[in-house]
Amino acid sequence: MYDKLWLIPLFPLIGSIINGLLGKRFIRNEKVIGAIGTGAVFLSFLVSCKYFFQLLGDPVKTHQNVIASWMSVGKLQVDWGFLLDPLSALMIMVVCGVGSLIHLYSIGYMHGEEGFYRYFSYLNLFVFAMLMLVLGNNALVMFIGWEGVGLCSYLLIGYYFEKKSAGDAAKKAFIVNRVGDFGFLLGLFTIFWALGSNGVWTLNFVEIAENGHLLGFGGAVVTTATLCFFLGATGKSAQIPLYTWLPDAMEGPTPVSALIHAATMVTAGVYMIGRMNVLFAMSPVTMGVVALIGAFTAIFAASIGFAQNDIKRVLAYSTVSQLGYMFMAMGVGAFTAGIFHLMTHAFFKACLFLGSGSVIHAMHHAMHHAHLDDDPQDMRNMGGLRKRMPVTWATFGISCLAIAGIPGLAGFFSKDEILWWTFGSSHGSIFVWVIGAIAAGMTAFYMFRCLFMTFHGEQRTHVKAKDHVHESPWVITLPLVVLAFLAVVGGYVGVPAVLGGSNHIHHFLEPVFGHAQEVYRIGIKEALEHNHAIEYGLMAVSIAIALIGIGLATMLYLKRPELPALFTRRFARLHRAVFNKWYIDELYDAMFVNTIKQFSLLCWRFFDVKIVDGIVNGTGKVVSAISAGLRHTQTGLFQNYALAMVFGTVVIVAIFIFN
Amino acid sequence: MTDHLLSMMTFLPLVGMLIVLFLPREADRLIKSVTLIVTLLVFLISLPLAFSNAFLNSSAMHFTEFAEWISVGKYFKMNYHVGVDGISLWLVMLTTFIMPITVLSTWHAVEKNTKGFMALLLLLQTGMLGAFISLDLFLFYIFWELMLIPMYFLIGIWGGKNRIYAAVKFFIYTAVGSLLMLVAIIYVYYHALQSGMPFESGFGIAHFYQMDIPVQAQMWLFAAFAFSFAIKVPMFPVHTWLPDAHTEAPTAGSVILAAILLKMGTYGYVRFAIPLFPVATMKFTPLLATLAVIGIIYGALVAMVQDDVKKLVAYSSVSHLGFVMLGIFAMNLQGMAGGMLQMINHGISTGALFLIVGFIYERRHTRLIADFGGLSKVMPVFATIFLIVTFSSIGLPGTNGFVGEFLVLIGAFESGLRWYTVFATTGVILAAVYMLWMFQRVMMGKVTNPANENLKDLSAREVVVMLPLLVFIFWIGFYPNVLFDKMNPSLENLIEQVKGKQQIALMAEQQADAVTLLTVNE
Amino acid sequence: MIGVYHYMTVAAILFAMGTYGVLTRRNAIVIFMCVELMLNSVNLTFISLSRHLQSMDGQIFVFFVMSVAAAEAAVGLALMITFFRNRETIDVDQINMLKL
Repeated sequence: MYDKLWLIPLFPLIGSIINGLLGKRFIRNEKVIGAIGTGAVFLSFLVSCKYFFQLLGDPVKTHQNVIASWMSVGKLQVDWGFLLDPLSALMIMVVCGVGSLIHLYSIGYMHGEEGFYRYFSYLNLFVFAMLMLVLGNNALVMFIGWEGVGLCSYLLIGYYFEKKSAGDAAKKAFIVNRVGDFGFLLGLFTIFWALGSNGVWTLNFVEIAENGHLLGFGGAVVTTATLCFFLGATGKSAQIPLYTWLPDAMEGPTPVSALIHAATMVTAGVYMIGRMNVLFAMSPVTMGVVALIGAFTAIFAASIGFAQNDIKRVLAYSTVSQLGYMFMAMGVGAFTAGIFHLMTHAFFKACLFLGSGSVIHAMHHAMHHAHLDDDPQDMRNMGGLRKRMPVTWATFGISCLAIAGIPGLAGFFSKDEILWWTFGSSHGSIFVWVIGAIAAGMTAFYMFRCLFMTFHGEQRTHVKAKDHVHESPWVITLPLVVLAFLAVVGGYVGVPAVLGGSNHIHHFLEPVFGHAQEVYRIGIKEALEHNHAIEYGLMAVSIAIALIGIGLATMLYLKRPELPALFTRRFARLHRAVFNKWYIDELYDAMFVNTIKQFSLLCWRFFDVKIVDGIVNGTGKVVSAISAGLRHTQTGLFQNYALAMVFGTVVIVAIFIFN
Repeated sequence: MTDHLLSMMTFLPLVGMLIVLFLPREADRLIKSVTLIVTLLVFLISLPLAFSNAFLNSSAMHFTEFAEWISVGKYFKMNYHVGVDGISLWLVMLTTFIMPITVLSTWHAVEKNTKGFMALLLLLQTGMLGAFISLDLFLFYIFWELMLIPMYFLIGIWGGKNRIYAAVKFFIYTAVGSLLMLVAIIYVYYHALQSGMPFESGFGIAHFYQMDIPVQAQMWLFAAFAFSFAIKVPMFPVHTWLPDAHTEAPTAGSVILAAILLKMGTYGYVRFAIPLFPVATMKFTPLLATLAVIGIIYGALVAMVQDDVKKLVAYSSVSHLGFVMLGIFAMNLQGMAGGMLQMINHGISTGALFLIVGFIYERRHTRLIADFGGLSKVMPVFATIFLIVTFSSIGLPGTNGFVGEFLVLIGAFESGLRWYTVFATTGVILAAVYMLWMFQRVMMGKVTNPANENLKDLSAREVVVMLPLLVFIFWIGFYPNVLFDKMNPSLENLIEQVKGKQQIALMAEQQADAVTLLTVNE
Repeated sequence: MIGVYHYMTVAAILFAMGTYGVLTRRNAIVIFMCVELMLNSVNLTFISLSRHLQSMDGQIFVFFVMSVAAAEAAVGLALMITFFRNRETIDVDQINMLKL
């Protein structure tokens, strides 16, 4: 029944290999390359659909498909195995669905690029890795995907490798992710060892979930392990303290940002926590840390989003902030809500990124046409594009409404459920809720600031380029429309009961999360469970906050555009700090990068060269010095040597005789 | 035919060397072709080993050969006793596999006296293969020293500017270690004779394994062996010969040095130092594990700040071999198997890296990172291969490096070396830092140096050289069981033996403690 | 009666003369001849002791020594000729290439 799961990651892998090996020399044709790339992901999407619907109608919700043994070393048995359950089914739908749209979009966006084949090869490889990540039935197959997406992210951020900033950003992304992977690995070791000492040697998720209770609720081991895993998640999903790579990652082509740095890869951390929910549920300490880090990231990143002028950077910080939201949800035990938000976010954020890509594409062409050197990503060069790019504007606007949490759109349902859980969950607190609500308002504000600066008001583009800004071709706008549509309707799978919905997604994911939530008593507090008044109240508050945010943005960027400049001047220092991302990058550089570099130089120049080699060469020098002295006895005249021999013989004989 | 497979494999290069020596000096192509054919033949001869099913379920030695060799009265006897088990199998295969690649890679690189160069390469191969298959400790010692001489000349004659210094340093470092080992070998031999080992078995290690050497003596003997092997590995802090030797050696020399010679040290631990002196191993584990972890981090840190590509790769070897050592001293199957696999991986990945450095050195005659930049643009094929090898060296899952590193770490973690593992795991981060930083500076960015603008991409020959390595990078990454299946029985047996003896020693110690306590109390 | 002691004395005198010659003469040929003298003195000792001890061992050794001496003379003279060709001298004071 489920024995062809491996087909899902296989198609993109094949696509990647074909385009990578043959693209440059043999295929060459952009259309064919694009078709192979897009087709591969679309095929995976079809297979995913088949399995998704098959699973919907299947009473058994967990299916494993083992192909072969990967490593078999004594107690450590790791398989090439795949796992299909509601969680991974949902994920493959999102990954393949959004993925194929973005592939389609890329055909238009990357048109004429020199490394077109390379781009599609990497992008396919990324989808392959992401599918391995979500489908793996054990932590190690997941780790293949986990690092694989990191690799592809590296390759795609560094796609324009001739730009130094792109190379730097790629390297930074990979290394920061590696710091997270360090945590992931340690967590994995801890779990393997801890379960092993209880007699279960396994890395398989199903077995981990079944035997997790052996570790003991709230024990030090499980807390350590989950905290290590969470470190891994902060790396991949760009949370404090490892978020710094994501904004820089915007050096890559925009569709990449949409696919990797918004819709899929960065959500891997959230997915991983969902996958290991049993372990996380067993450690209240970790849950608290996850919730707090998530909340702080949400508000912190949103604050940076206020002052950025690069359209992609705004979206990047927004992504960090939204991911913080998801972690907040996971931390308070709202696993379903977290995954729900992951899904809706994939829709509207992908739409936003692709929209920004459409704008950048148009701006770039216009600038190019007019031989200008202006930055096509700077929102200060935009404005008033609504008329010139109506489809882009409409889809971008819808997504802005969705992310701001306006009722009726996808973001509202997921965000609201998260907020409700932060407030009402047994793991939640008012504190977290307050932060979450403020962050929601900030999100609404800076997203609409972005919308207004880009599409409304006066067009600030250079006169020469002004009229060359056009709407993009259909390959670009079609994905936008589809994603915008999803951003509207995507939420209706999770309409809460209080609004008369039946919360399908909740029931769908129940087999994955229900067990842990039940056993470890994670849920809405009993006192609140049926208190609709409070639930409505909170909903109203969050809507109000969102509206305030939008209102402020309208006020500042639409009605009175001169006001922001005034603020900037008035609070120059604050603005500078926010604009420079609170100087976190500089802090890290000073604290880690430079310290380590200095220390390494010391190790090398002092310890290696001076001490160890000093001893080695010193020994040599002492020996040569002694030899230099002894050399004088060697005259080279053999008669001298013979005389010495005779003399020596005489002495020896004499000793024998007289002794 | 298969009766003398190992001897044929080992001594064919020696025959090849004689043939090469009789060829006219000017017949460059002929000499190279003969060498290549000989090494390929050796590889073919060794193939039955890899496909043999004998290793699947047995920890015993296979393909053994025995002949009496030298005996002096009643004082000394050594035999020609060779054989292969799961531990040495893949190292032998690695040797026979790397050699043709190395020869092919130096097709145009050697500018003077090709004849001597090729002859020495062949002699070196005999030495290396002999060392891996020796089952007689003295025979091992002979081969061990035999490797030293050709390598010394390869560095000293065909090396870079500072070659004499590097060659002498390499020689003296290694010689100091081997002399200590020689003393220990002789001690072990006479101790064995006194404790009733039949004179006929010579220096046969099978008999040595059975011995119970007093703990105090074990400590000294282990120290002597360990020191000798540590220099070869090389472990921190006796690693400083390696960067010099690597930097100065010609490409072929570096490749062989990294791919195979360094494995002699780690192999020596697994084959000799640990099973001969199990109790001492137990006592030395904290020290050696500490040095291994320091090596991992230290090597990585120093690699990060190198300005010479080859030196960077050399220091990365220190780091990688630290992983091997940590795995070996984890003393469980995961760690050991990981360590063994990591030896093979390092041979493949670092060998490939040195080849890569060789390629650009041949084109530009410089190895300084600062002289490059933007090569991806001019050499796309090279860039792809370099990228794959880089990530294999970093240990990306799906490549060989990951499997080895992961097993080492998980093995060490579940043994008593938990905190060591935590520190060792930071090596995973640092590896990414130094490799990617180097990759960025060499390959990415704009071509700023005009000398780089017209570099030729890899030739067909160079691609052929790299392809087998790439195949193995992915093969081991995705399906390492081929190796494990044949390796595990021998390792399991070894661990069982060693652990058993360690247990007995521990119990004896506890009893002794108890007795002292009792007497004190009385 | 001339006994073994007499022979030994003659041999010792011959040996001392040979040694003196080897140590003091400069001409390589003469040194060679002195070496031969030393060898022959040893031969004489061997033979006389062999006779004295009624054992053939010594005489067998003498044959060895003689053949070695012959070979040595051949090799030595060849060396001298080669050296003379290169340096136009066989003065051993000039032959100090061992000293760098």
